[in-house]
Amino acid sequence: MSGSDVVLPKIQPLSEKPKSAGISWHLSADFLFHKTAVFAAFLVAGALFATVIAIAYDSRTSIHVFGIWGFLKSSDWNPVTQTFGAFPFIISTLISSAIAMVLGVPVSFGVAVFIAEIAPAWIKKPVATAIELLAAIPSIVYGLWGLVVFAPVFAKIEPWINDKLGAIPGIGLLFQGPPMGIGMLTAGIVLAIMILPYMSSIMRDVFLIVPSSLRESAYAMGATTWEVAWNIILPYTRSAVVGGIFLGLGRALGETMAVTFVIGNSNVLSASLLMPGATIPSVLANEFAEATTKLYVSSLIYLGLILIAVTLAVRFCAVLLIRRLGRKEGAAA
Amino acid sequence: MSSDRPQGYSLASVAVPAKSHDVAEPVVACPLPVKIAARNINFYYGKFHAIKGVSLEISQNRVTAFIGPSGCGKSTLLRVFNRMYDLYPGQRVEGEVILDGENILTLKSIGPLRARIGMVFQKPTPFPMSIYENIAFGVRLYEKLPRSEMDDRVEHTLNKAGLWNEVKDKLSQSGLGLSGGQQQRLCIARALAVSPEVLLLDEPCSALDPISTAKIEELLFELKENWTVVIVTHNMQQAARSSDFTAFLLEGQLIEYQPTRKLFTTPSDPRTEAYITGRFG
Repeated sequence: MSGSDVVLPKIQPLSEKPKSAGISWHLSADFLFHKTAVFAAFLVAGALFATVIAIAYDSRTSIHVFGIWGFLKSSDWNPVTQTFGAFPFIISTLISSAIAMVLGVPVSFGVAVFIAEIAPAWIKKPVATAIELLAAIPSIVYGLWGLVVFAPVFAKIEPWINDKLGAIPGIGLLFQGPPMGIGMLTAGIVLAIMILPYMSSIMRDVFLIVPSSLRESAYAMGATTWEVAWNIILPYTRSAVVGGIFLGLGRALGETMAVTFVIGNSNVLSASLLMPGATIPSVLANEFAEATTKLYVSSLIYLGLILIAVTLAVRFCAVLLIRRLGRKEGAAA
Repeated sequence: MSSDRPQGYSLASVAVPAKSHDVAEPVVACPLPVKIAARNINFYYGKFHAIKGVSLEISQNRVTAFIGPSGCGKSTLLRVFNRMYDLYPGQRVEGEVILDGENILTLKSIGPLRARIGMVFQKPTPFPMSIYENIAFGVRLYEKLPRSEMDDRVEHTLNKAGLWNEVKDKLSQSGLGLSGGQQQRLCIARALAVSPEVLLLDEPCSALDPISTAKIEELLFELKENWTVVIVTHNMQQAARSSDFTAFLLEGQLIEYQPTRKLFTTPSDPRTEAYITGRFG
């Protein structure tokens, strides 16, 4: 080939180019893929709506007899007289989850800070793995453990709680009652352990992506590890941290088996956290098999509808909170 | 200056040749008090030997620049001065860094040291809080001030950093909302707020536009009245414009340390000359 020859590509009209433009085989594949993806997305959304509608429809008998608010407000749950009210279960569901959050969130934060900031490299991995393995334990095993192992131990601690915390005027009311080992507080503690891995692994992941230059510049001011974690890293990652906390809360609200084992299953609402109670999921799990009348079944299904509403409300609050935090940053940025 | 130091580039020795007309800068004519003296620094990232036996002295109330190609150890050396390497278990240092007669490498408590030696990083790193809080955060680590005094301190340091007029109406807004150059000046203000004696700047302008860079260089000039400034830069013009002394590092070794004008006009080492004339790096 002589050096002066410049080889130019042959110019083809677009329509003659094979397989790259115009109508060819992969367009139809793309079309198919597009439709499949749209179908899958609508299927999921449709399943959610269908579930909610079906459950709402099946709770019509109960709503008809007790009324929407009447059912929510009533504390009377008596299958014998066929009167049903959801109030104790709603409150117990919220309280057991609240206990789980109060205990679980600080511990998760501590674990995440330890793994992301403090732990030497050789211990990071084992601790992180151990925490994540907590999530792999089936919830029924947590229930068994709570009932067989934890509750007897906790029953020995409860007299001490009675004496010390129960003696405080005001909040003392929360810590009175017989030392049975099972009850709201036990359920809350078991829930806290169960949601710990979800919250701590999300927090750890977001702590680890904080730019090292930001971290270094805080340390360069002479801040301690705690000051850096609390004043710099947490505000920097707060929307993800809030998201992680609400993920944990969502799991705590819906947790069934473990709670059913350790909460004591009492339909009567008690002021004391040491007394037994029953959450919406635990009532459903316990009583569905015995529900013989149409009204009984319908009332249980109505409870399920309320649980969906509570969970959706929590999710909604999380989205709002994250958006507000985001806007705060956004207004600045 | 004592002569028992093994291989240090003492500035006093630079000051002696009075014959050379271009060395006759006032800053060199009278030897300055030494703020930081680094003696035989060796630094290791794990097994990698990043700084090899560097000794130099940083003059008080002057701007000292570290230049050199990427990976020559200039930032590493800077991070020895406030013991930033302490954060990373694999990094270790040998030698001595004397700050006002005290070896900082053996200090047990690092907090007070970091109050005396402030640092500003390559990328602006405003804390995720308001402009006001960005300044107040560091101050609160060391002092408990009533609100009015804190207000004064915030205004004073923002003024020092030449930022007050631009932000005085939005002190409660997030520091993340400022422009890159403003963020960097906020970081400088934040470092100044705890009244350090030394300010370390690690390529403070490399992420900034020319106008912001000019403002910060102007600021350096004012800062040296009260502070000792050490700046790492890969921008030789910047070193030439804004520093009094320049150290040239190459592959972890200190090649040459001179008054800036001398280093850039009549470098004594051929490698320095090659670098500043752009033959490598």
